[in-house]
Amino acid sequence: MIDAVILFFLLGLAGGLVRSELKLPPSLYEALTVFLLLSIGLKGGEGLAKQALVPLLPQLGAVMVLGVLQTLIAFGLLRLAGRLGRADAASMAAHYGSVSVATFAVGANWLVTRNIEFEPQLAIFLAVMEVPAIMVGIVLVRGVSKETNWRALGHETLLGKGVTLLLGGMAIGWAAGPEGLAPLKPFFYDLFKGALALFMLEMGLIVSRQTDELRQRGVLLVSFGVLMPLLSGLLGLGCGLLLNLSVGGMTLLATLAASASYIAVPATMRLAVPEANPSLSLAAVLGVTFPFNILVGIPVYHWLAMQLAGVTP
Amino acid sequence: MTLQTEKRTVLTVITESAIEKNLLRDLKQMGVRGYTIVDARGQGSRGVRTAAMDESANIRIEVICTRAMAEKVLEDFLARYYDNFAMVAYLQDVEIIRPHKF
Repeated sequence: MIDAVILFFLLGLAGGLVRSELKLPPSLYEALTVFLLLSIGLKGGEGLAKQALVPLLPQLGAVMVLGVLQTLIAFGLLRLAGRLGRADAASMAAHYGSVSVATFAVGANWLVTRNIEFEPQLAIFLAVMEVPAIMVGIVLVRGVSKETNWRALGHETLLGKGVTLLLGGMAIGWAAGPEGLAPLKPFFYDLFKGALALFMLEMGLIVSRQTDELRQRGVLLVSFGVLMPLLSGLLGLGCGLLLNLSVGGMTLLATLAASASYIAVPATMRLAVPEANPSLSLAAVLGVTFPFNILVGIPVYHWLAMQLAGVTP
Repeated sequence: MTLQTEKRTVLTVITESAIEKNLLRDLKQMGVRGYTIVDARGQGSRGVRTAAMDESANIRIEVICTRAMAEKVLEDFLARYYDNFAMVAYLQDVEIIRPHKF
């Protein structure tokens, strides 16, 4: 069974590749992003209201270490095997150490469609895994120098639109609880799939625009864009096992680890490491890794999670 | 009746929206008193900038000020941003009224 949201993605991709007139207004794409982030946050927050928060802290530490580790591995691979310059390698590594909300939304939707449960704190993992990779990426280029304006960068990454909406939605969901959220459910929960489908249509269009760069640096971008998420997915599964997550939780953590950022990190890296070529990272993330994860990756991570947990389908 | 006008210079900068905040901070620090920003699309040596998402969005900033100020800003931008960012900037002479504003 192929998910309808994936079909929307393929429609956008095909429309873009044949250069159709298909186009969504930029403000709609923005609005859908806000909707998805709030919706994911609310759901996570609602789940958190039912459990103690203190035991979560070591888990958050573990997924942050995971993000740092992924960035360092990606940097090493790109420097040694990919022969990229320091700035390009560090910038791209930061993209792969960080996470993608769209991939997370597709993964969560994939699990929900199949009635597979996952832990509510995965939404917090999404928020905290965005930041460490950015910091590591900058240190890899600049070292720990006085020139870097850490305050401004911290502000940019911690209070960027994504993290603010996600954590804000989570705080609202946690404070309001299931009863408080009930009136909002028709909008934020029931419409989630429809909004995700429209969003994926635009993602297909965005991905179709990466073909030029892929034609030029195809071998490096495609091989790294597929190998890195597989490697990160395995690390994510290991981390999930360590944290004692359910099969759904392990699948989603692997999906998060395998995903690569295409909103927060490009914007921050553009400012912090302007000499890195932004189209290189975006082509790999959007042109290869994003489609790979949503079409092939998620089912593979789920299968692996079941093997690890000793569950038979 | 002839309108009383004075000469000033318009500095126009077309660049990536990613650095909007930085540019506005720079303008303020150099003493520029006002500016206008619009979203922009186009094509250049850095490819098509479609404005479909933040990463490919452009802005166009216009500042009306004295010639000396405009040249100072342009020199500063040239030194700091031309190497690594998609940026086109140019000066034009214009005639304005209400000179105390610029």
